Amino acid sequence: MSDRYLIRGAALLGGPPTDLLIEGSKIAAIGSQATAAGQAQVIDAAGLVALPGLVDLHTHLREPGREDAETVASGTRAAALGGFTCVHAMANTAPVADTAGVVEQVARLGEDAGWAQVRPVGAVTVGLAGQQLAELGAMADSAAAVRVFSDDGHCVDDPVLMRRALEYVKAFDGVIAQHAQEPHLTAGAVMNEGVVSAELGLTGWPAVAEESIVARDVLLAEHVGSRIHICHLSTAGSVDIVRWAKSRGVQVTAEVTPHHLMLTDDLVRGYDPQFKVNPPLRTDEDVAAVRHGLADGTIDIVATDHAPHPSEDKDCEFAAAAFGMTGLETAVAVVAESMVAAADVDFDWSDVARTMSTVPAKIGRVTNQGQGLVVGAAAHVTLIDPQAPWQVVPDQLGTASGNTPFAGRTLPARVVATFYNGTATVLEGTAQPVQSQHYRKEA
Amino acid sequence: MKHLLSAADLHRTEAIEILDTAATMAQTQQRDIKKLPALRGKAVVNLFFEDSTRTRISFETAAKRLSADVINFAAKGSSLSKGESLKDTAQTLQAMGADGVVIRHSAAGAPLRLATSGWIDVPVINAGDGMHQHPTQALLDAFTMRRHLVGTDASGCGLDDVSVVIVGDVLHSRVARSNVNLLHTLGARVTLVAPPTLLPVGVHTWPCALSYDLDAAIAEQSPAAIMMLRVQRERMSAAGGGFFPSPMEYSRRYGLDGSRLRALGPQTLVLHPGPMNRGLEISAEAADSSQAVILEQVSNGVAIRMAVLYLLLTGADPKESHT
Repeated sequence: MSDRYLIRGAALLGGPPTDLLIEGSKIAAIGSQATAAGQAQVIDAAGLVALPGLVDLHTHLREPGREDAETVASGTRAAALGGFTCVHAMANTAPVADTAGVVEQVARLGEDAGWAQVRPVGAVTVGLAGQQLAELGAMADSAAAVRVFSDDGHCVDDPVLMRRALEYVKAFDGVIAQHAQEPHLTAGAVMNEGVVSAELGLTGWPAVAEESIVARDVLLAEHVGSRIHICHLSTAGSVDIVRWAKSRGVQVTAEVTPHHLMLTDDLVRGYDPQFKVNPPLRTDEDVAAVRHGLADGTIDIVATDHAPHPSEDKDCEFAAAAFGMTGLETAVAVVAESMVAAADVDFDWSDVARTMSTVPAKIGRVTNQGQGLVVGAAAHVTLIDPQAPWQVVPDQLGTASGNTPFAGRTLPARVVATFYNGTATVLEGTAQPVQSQHYRKEA
Repeated sequence: MKHLLSAADLHRTEAIEILDTAATMAQTQQRDIKKLPALRGKAVVNLFFEDSTRTRISFETAAKRLSADVINFAAKGSSLSKGESLKDTAQTLQAMGADGVVIRHSAAGAPLRLATSGWIDVPVINAGDGMHQHPTQALLDAFTMRRHLVGTDASGCGLDDVSVVIVGDVLHSRVARSNVNLLHTLGARVTLVAPPTLLPVGVHTWPCALSYDLDAAIAEQSPAAIMMLRVQRERMSAAGGGFFPSPMEYSRRYGLDGSRLRALGPQTLVLHPGPMNRGLEISAEAADSSQAVILEQVSNGVAIRMAVLYLLLTGADPKESHT
């Protein structure tokens, strides 16, 4: 149901209390102009922070192929509960999203579900095999209009192929999102290489395996004049390299995950596979570096790398377990704790809007998202209670999988409401019945 | 102490109590009738996800000498190879009435998962997990050293100020990790000697000294004991062409040959966890010398495992048994 909502007294981007009127699929009025003339559902947002709908550049929705872990419908519902109005669905599905047909299928599943906009990410190489470019142009020209391409989960490690990909996507303003992991340096690796891995006897994933690829790729992007996006940057060294590249004018953007903003490899000491993720949890120094990098703009955005797995893939030996953590429903709360509430970095709610909505939409070339809270913008709005501590209980989350590393933790902020295209997908922290966007279009 | 998962978990009093109990067990093994009734009616499961005939037989012998029933469970496919999951295997054993589980697994942390995931509630003994820990090996090594270096009446003693040099593939070695932890707890001074490629990143935080030079370590430490670690053949063909240039070069730089044996002097104990690569990390001359205690390590292994099974399965708390 898309109708009129009058949001009363919300702190827009954390500013003074302001009214905001949603009419149809647009933000119709802000401030004294926002009145409930006619019928409007009034939402008391006193004490709540209003942000533009969040945009995730890195989500694994698992469909097609691993519907036991997540579906487009369950994943986008989790996204809505986490305050997101747009997610980028990673390409490592089965079949791989490396053709126009698969990306159109994923986009269509998103429309059918109606919880959030689904922007498929196309694979860079056929089957994610790193051998041959996938038909990037066909995916770009398809109804899914793909602009972000990634072999995420695999690094495009062949430097010639990476160069070709960077150059080729310039034809349609695309971007390559690199999973930076030198494969030879990380054979068999399951956790960060350092003091903890030495003690635990687990094969280490050294920081240099990420940093060497980041360094190579910013130089390649500079050489061919292309955009490059670094996925889930996790080390202090990578922050330094990206900072240096930006100072040279390289068109590089970078993301950090919420878990890398808060968690360290110390958590692996119990061999609990819930803390197994790729890139791995790093050290205190790395966490400090990525937090400061996010605050000073070196790292452009926060992206969840939401990676659901069924319990059988986590309820086993550490070495046998799958890599990955869910993150859509905890992301904004983790950022609130690790960044907004932290005294050692300068980061407020407008920075949350920048790094979790405006800039990710810009990187993904999603023109109808991330427009901000301005009159005339698409009505993608998220209301957050910054003072509502809640305990993370896996069974109570909307995602179909329970592999959150934050289970049992209390996080400080909660998503209260999400409006996607003028439709309330979440009210009072509860998912609302939504209509298929697809059917709505036909109606 | 409910489980024995890591040598790092042992307090000094607990470790010494195990060594003292093992000494008592060893004495009983001199008798004509070696069998004790301590664990009669109890079932010990040897859950081996990784082949190790030596360790399995040692645990089996120890359990049988204590009159326990032994069930050998060689799990061909762990969840690492998409066979039955560790969880299902463990719960099956629990349902069959196991009183204790001895687990060997190629995945580091598997014994800890077994002990702490709520899948079973019987004592778990780590018989070697990946590159992590092999606590009974460290205990039998310490027991062997204590017998020779402190004396047969070493009851209550640690290994204070004993200098031990451990040589070889520390990176992949659960034996090295366990020994560093336990020997440090017992007061010994440990020096690890290895080529830099075979020391883990992060090793500098361990409670031991480090050296890349075996001859210098022998000269500087004059160790009371030297332990040669097994070098797996696959380390020579790993990524990057292997961890060292050739077996000959390894042997020249890190092998215990005749001249190094003489530099050590006749009092230095020579240990090896077995099985040995003669001619690679240890020469036949050293392995067969009178100062080598390698076979004694094997027989002491049974006594140590008897002690551990006894203490864990009878619920005797080593910390309380002195009071």
